[in-house]
Amino acid sequence: MSRRRSLTLAVVLALLAIGIGIALSYAIHWFPAQAATQARNTDRLYHVLVIACIPIFVLVTAVILYSVWQFHMRPGEELKDGPPIHGNTRLEVLWTAFPAALLLGMIAYSFVVLHDNEKKPAREIHVGVTAQQFAWSFQYPPAVTGGAPVESDQLYLPKGESVQFRLHSKDVIHAFWIPAFRLQEDVVPGITVQYRATPDRLGTYPIVCNLLCGIGHSLMRSAVHVIPPAQFQAWIQSRLRAAGQGAGASPSATVAGAPSSTSTAGAASK
Amino acid sequence: MAAKLRAPGFYRAGWMMALGVAFAFFLTWVIRASTGHSTFRHYISGEAITTVSILAVPLLFLVGIGGFDYWFYWAMGRPTRPEDHSGHGARTWKDYFRINTDHKVIGIQYTVTSFFFLLVGGLIAMLMRAELAQPGAQFVDANTFNGLFSVHASLLIFLFVIPVFAGLANFVLPLMIGAPDMAFPRLNALSYWLLPVAGALMLGSFFAPGGAFADGWTAYAPLSTNAPIGQDFFSVGVQFAGASSIMTALNFLVTIITMRAPGMSFFRMPLLVWANFATSLLVVIATPFIAASQFFVLLDRGLGFNFFKAGNGGDVLMYQHVFWFYSHPAVYIMMLPGFGIISEIIAVKSRKPIFGYRMMAFSLLAIVVLGFTVWAHHMFTSGMAAWIRIPMAITTAIIAVPTGIKVFSWLATLWRGVLRLDTPMLFALGFLTTFTLGGISGVMLAMVPFDIHVSSSYFIVAHIHYVLFGGSLMTIFGGVYYWFPKMTGRMFDERLGKMHFWSTFVLFNLTFGPMHILGLQGMPRRVADYASRFADMNLFISIASFGLGLSTLIFLYNIVTSWRGGPVSVANPWRGMTLEWQVSSPPPIFNFDRVPTVVGGPYEYGVPGAVHGIFAPTPAAAGVGSGLARAPSE
Repeated sequence: MSRRRSLTLAVVLALLAIGIGIALSYAIHWFPAQAATQARNTDRLYHVLVIACIPIFVLVTAVILYSVWQFHMRPGEELKDGPPIHGNTRLEVLWTAFPAALLLGMIAYSFVVLHDNEKKPAREIHVGVTAQQFAWSFQYPPAVTGGAPVESDQLYLPKGESVQFRLHSKDVIHAFWIPAFRLQEDVVPGITVQYRATPDRLGTYPIVCNLLCGIGHSLMRSAVHVIPPAQFQAWIQSRLRAAGQGAGASPSATVAGAPSSTSTAGAASK
Repeated sequence: MAAKLRAPGFYRAGWMMALGVAFAFFLTWVIRASTGHSTFRHYISGEAITTVSILAVPLLFLVGIGGFDYWFYWAMGRPTRPEDHSGHGARTWKDYFRINTDHKVIGIQYTVTSFFFLLVGGLIAMLMRAELAQPGAQFVDANTFNGLFSVHASLLIFLFVIPVFAGLANFVLPLMIGAPDMAFPRLNALSYWLLPVAGALMLGSFFAPGGAFADGWTAYAPLSTNAPIGQDFFSVGVQFAGASSIMTALNFLVTIITMRAPGMSFFRMPLLVWANFATSLLVVIATPFIAASQFFVLLDRGLGFNFFKAGNGGDVLMYQHVFWFYSHPAVYIMMLPGFGIISEIIAVKSRKPIFGYRMMAFSLLAIVVLGFTVWAHHMFTSGMAAWIRIPMAITTAIIAVPTGIKVFSWLATLWRGVLRLDTPMLFALGFLTTFTLGGISGVMLAMVPFDIHVSSSYFIVAHIHYVLFGGSLMTIFGGVYYWFPKMTGRMFDERLGKMHFWSTFVLFNLTFGPMHILGLQGMPRRVADYASRFADMNLFISIASFGLGLSTLIFLYNIVTSWRGGPVSVANPWRGMTLEWQVSSPPPIFNFDRVPTVVGGPYEYGVPGAVHGIFAPTPAAAGVGSGLARAPSE
């Protein structure tokens, strides 16, 4: 096969590989369920990144495979050297400038996504998140409950409403990760860390501690329940009633298995 | 016997280490007795004795083994023994267990010791994968598991990847620049002996009460400041490993700057020398920061300081900033020497000059500078000020440009060459593909919203292993095969080498590829147990990883049998032009019987009549010898 024909064949095969790669990137279920508007933005960013990166990886692999196929040493060439090509300024400028432009384009797009994901909405509710070795608890302030503060060991959120989490740690650093929202931040002792999410899909999704926090780290999980706003109000009311009946001994607050958080809820509801 | 106890060596090290324990006992007893501990049992605290011991015993071990002898003699006004190179060369295998100032002996000491820790770290990984094969607890409890992955990472970073590059360069670098040895041979010997000390401390932590240090190699405060005593073994072990790095880096810098052969300008240096020059700059500037971070932890723990106690005015995030200011450049410390190895292998095995040699050198320096501007990309979700993410994300994306230049230059070097597809070349080509994948996932991680999702997940585990295993370890294997004939004077078994490459390459991808998906799906790293929906993929990964572990045995068998009884190698089996191939295998004790003069670039393959170095004629051997045509001096 002539050099020209083999090169054509290689280009065709590489383009085919790029096409298959991109098709596969859509076929594979990379992510768990999308349950927040932020998740949709982040997943779109991921797909754009993958589509931009596949041609680059195919290019590198194709050059290697083509070189192995066409330029490997044949019998009788044991003492042969290649042509003494020391460089090519135009090519070197090209492969400096083009990746730089591509990278800056990708990073600019990622900043747009970041801005969209973090911008302050017109209306939002605040939920406190408290981490301690090895449990989560969630505090709903009076502005959300319309009465006394409410505490829970599972996170309940109304669908379609923006929520700002305010993260507190009682001991070491934890990370509050909701994979279905594609969001996490570290929970740092001594400071309050905040982030926003807008859940937009009903269901129950895992909450994971994603920063090594000690012996029970791998079991420090909880769940977020995204429920309709009316149901959320009903849940708040039921928690208020439960807290009102038995101060400090609300049945679901004790599930947290964290005595200190139970007493906080009890004291606050008086 | 008395002479043995006085002479430098293991006997003297033994009683001096006992002295170290006695000193720790005495010091803590005096301090506790004088600060109001009244009853006898309060005079003794096991924890205090341990903390002082792990500082004192290693230092006295180094004194005992003879690491400081010359300087002590000088300081005490006793007659010093001038460096007559009597300690040069290894005549028997026992010489490798003594202080030796020959860079070739030290290079082999470094490399073999590092590979020992690779095997230990790999075995620990096998234990972890056995535990992770199924959800729930099977073999080890959560505390032991946390200790396993912490020691795994610490050993492989501080006692394998960083020192093995220093070991290979120790052997080859002086040869490549035409020097008889390193600039500071005694410092070189001392820097090697710090390594086993650091390794013994990290492994020894498994025997500490409360178990090994169990908060990752990152040792984030305040988890580390409240951990059991095993944590101190990490804090102190890092000091010894770090001191070793700094000594070697200084040695490389001075050697490269002052000891190049006549005619070897900076732009005639082989790229491995450039790579180690760049790496050494990184080491010298960055390593003090991790030393500081671990001293902070040690002071918080041992003396009740408040660097990282939020309630007492400490700043928890400060730990991470100081730590990553070293530990990000550290990933380039673990990669740039590998770039150098790949440049050597690809030029020789493609029989072509490196494409864009100067850009290759400049891109190394660009990585050194940019490497110091990206550390907070490890902290996008740490709760630091939000705006810092923006400049750090930009620099993180930009640092991919010089790395991309290198990859494209290697590809262009392959183009139209005459490729020898033997074991070192296969590892170089395998490196190019896996490292490109690791680089791509690294660029993706620079994108803040995506990083916010996968930070600290299994995606990170996949990325870091594509960079450090698919990147660094591939170059290390390639480099060991490439210089094996030079170091041992024998050839390795090519068939076993190819088997080793293919099994490693395939099983590596099967092990670490699926981890990307696990991370995207929401599996956190550093967990002994996981949600049952991740079970199938974890079982698959575990099985692949056991195969990957076994593939290392092919390498071991090949190296051990070839070293003992492989076919004798000629001086220049690859027909390389760089100076190390122009001397016998293994090289003579002082490297060059005649001082070489460098007259051209290091990779002039295909240029008719080109030579890199010529050897001045000696009275005995009249006539001009050329670097290529000259017969090896047997």
